[in-house]
Amino acid sequence: MDIWSLPRSRLGELIALLRARGYDVVGPTPRDGAIVYDSIESDAELPVGLGDEQSPGQYRVVPRDDGAVFGFAAGPGSFKRAFHVPEERLYRVQREGKTLRFVPEPVAPRKVALLGARGCDLSALRVLDRVLEGDRYRDERYAARRSEVLLIAVHCGSPSSTCFCSSMGTGPRAGGPWDLALTELTSGEHRFVVETGSPIGLALVRELGLLTASTLDKIHAAKVPVVAAQRITRRLEADGLGARLAKNLDHPRFAQVAERCLACANCTQVCPTCFCTTIEDFTDLDGAGAERRRRWDSCFNPEFSYIHGGPVRPSTRARYRQWMTHKLSSWHEQFGSSGCVGCGRCITWCPVGIDITEEARAIASAGTSEKAT
Amino acid sequence: MTDALLLESMEITRVRHETRDTFTFDLDARPRGGFRFAPGQFNMLYAFGLGEVPISISGDPLKPAVLTHTIRAVGPTTRGLEALKKGDGVGVRGPFGTPWPVDEAQGKDVIVVAGGIGLAPLRPAIYSMLSRRQAFGKLCIAYGARTPADILYEKEIERWRGRIDVDLEVTVDRGDPDWRGHTGVVTKLLRRFELTPESTVALLCGPEVMMRFASRELEGLGVPSARIYVSMERNMKCGVGSCGHCQLGPSFVCKDGPVYPLTKAEPLMGIREL
Repeated sequence: MDIWSLPRSRLGELIALLRARGYDVVGPTPRDGAIVYDSIESDAELPVGLGDEQSPGQYRVVPRDDGAVFGFAAGPGSFKRAFHVPEERLYRVQREGKTLRFVPEPVAPRKVALLGARGCDLSALRVLDRVLEGDRYRDERYAARRSEVLLIAVHCGSPSSTCFCSSMGTGPRAGGPWDLALTELTSGEHRFVVETGSPIGLALVRELGLLTASTLDKIHAAKVPVVAAQRITRRLEADGLGARLAKNLDHPRFAQVAERCLACANCTQVCPTCFCTTIEDFTDLDGAGAERRRRWDSCFNPEFSYIHGGPVRPSTRARYRQWMTHKLSSWHEQFGSSGCVGCGRCITWCPVGIDITEEARAIASAGTSEKAT
Repeated sequence: MTDALLLESMEITRVRHETRDTFTFDLDARPRGGFRFAPGQFNMLYAFGLGEVPISISGDPLKPAVLTHTIRAVGPTTRGLEALKKGDGVGVRGPFGTPWPVDEAQGKDVIVVAGGIGLAPLRPAIYSMLSRRQAFGKLCIAYGARTPADILYEKEIERWRGRIDVDLEVTVDRGDPDWRGHTGVVTKLLRRFELTPESTVALLCGPEVMMRFASRELEGLGVPSARIYVSMERNMKCGVGSCGHCQLGPSFVCKDGPVYPLTKAEPLMGIREL
């Protein structure tokens, strides 16, 4: 496989080419003091020269002096929202005499190019695919939006303090499949080393007329995710974690974390794999029509588990346990992988800075020490 | 592939008031060529503008022209369904979920243990077994209701009890001056049946606490836990395992349940607020 070089000055051409081929380019862009993913039209909308500082409960966009375009870590948004949309109408309901007519809301076909997808985010998409497409029933709306997606990955060189992708095996190098993978080099001439992973990716490289990368650039590029991995200090012992947590569902630590947890649902909203939804009903003012809308829900909402008589999980302790053990334990049994990709969003965006790696470690290791005594 | 979330309109052909708060309606499945389901499965029912609720199918699987549900009016949507009349349209999608192991029970004794409205999801299994009665050993039914006025399907229960090939016992938590039957929890009835425990299949549906105690009692009598089945209940929005609401341990009740072998459900039932 050849490896190519894309000068920073020509990144805009790549975006223009994708748009000319009919892709809606979804990439990083600064908004409201954060770096989020949304449709972009040119490289001017990218977070040029911006990085971030993250720690439990803290997030700041900060300037970088190297002009890097992908010099930041995971922000509050993930690519999830492009396919598993936060809110949508499912269908309209029309009363026709005494019968009801259900008119489904079509999903507009859309070609999407994800620009700048990190290893964690690509892994998260594959997790979502298994949940929403790979199961007995397919989520048709997700499947339709996901059907024509071009992946332009970025091998991460800028992890934050809350990242732990290396523990989860999802980064910093972006695992395939992707169509293109970029590594950003800012020393000397600002450029990207480009790997192709598909015929479409190769066609794009050819159309742009890129030159092959120098041997030295290939070496520099290969080092970027390696150096990034060395900078990641947060760890989660993922091997056998699910089984260890499952044995400790009554661990007192769940009650302790519940004293801090606000049950605000932030972690579930920023998580790139949380997929829970609810369906809400709205009636027209004249009473003749109604509609049903689906929106993201969260297992931290008390009504989430409501059955007649009250919620199944009234306590924050039970709701935190549900979220954490689903992500790290029961997800394996249900979907054959962890539900956590180590992006660290839930740690950064928790208003009280609860750290899933710390909680999981405390709860899972208690089981082993109990056994030992 | 069709969208599992999309509803279809079905017409109510008959409404029966079972008890103070419980009613049964029949839907006309003929225009869609019948509605096939397995005993124990459920549908999502939609009341216009109010929402959807998961409701077990309570009719006869051998009569696909009629789709029957028994519903307890406890919330806005079920009360909205209660207000509907013959001729009105209801939104329906399904059937969803795992069935009772009726085929596995062939050649064995069967004990059906129902509490309250838990009799509704068991009725299709009872119909199914009665339709080929000779394929099963003993058929025992233990049913517990809160009061005599809360007994579901009273005429049908009378009929079943009159059969020589069915052993049926009813108990109530609180009797009234006219009540001459058993009083107390349904668990206490189980010892009265003459079963061959090692080759008995047990089907349980009712409040979780009832199923916990009844299954313990059955295990005590020698019924293997692998042949005890329970039907679980959780909040449901989608019915197909994509909304997350019905999670119970490593499973979604809507697609991995509602009917579980006790060996899977028991470890989960014992954990509070799971």
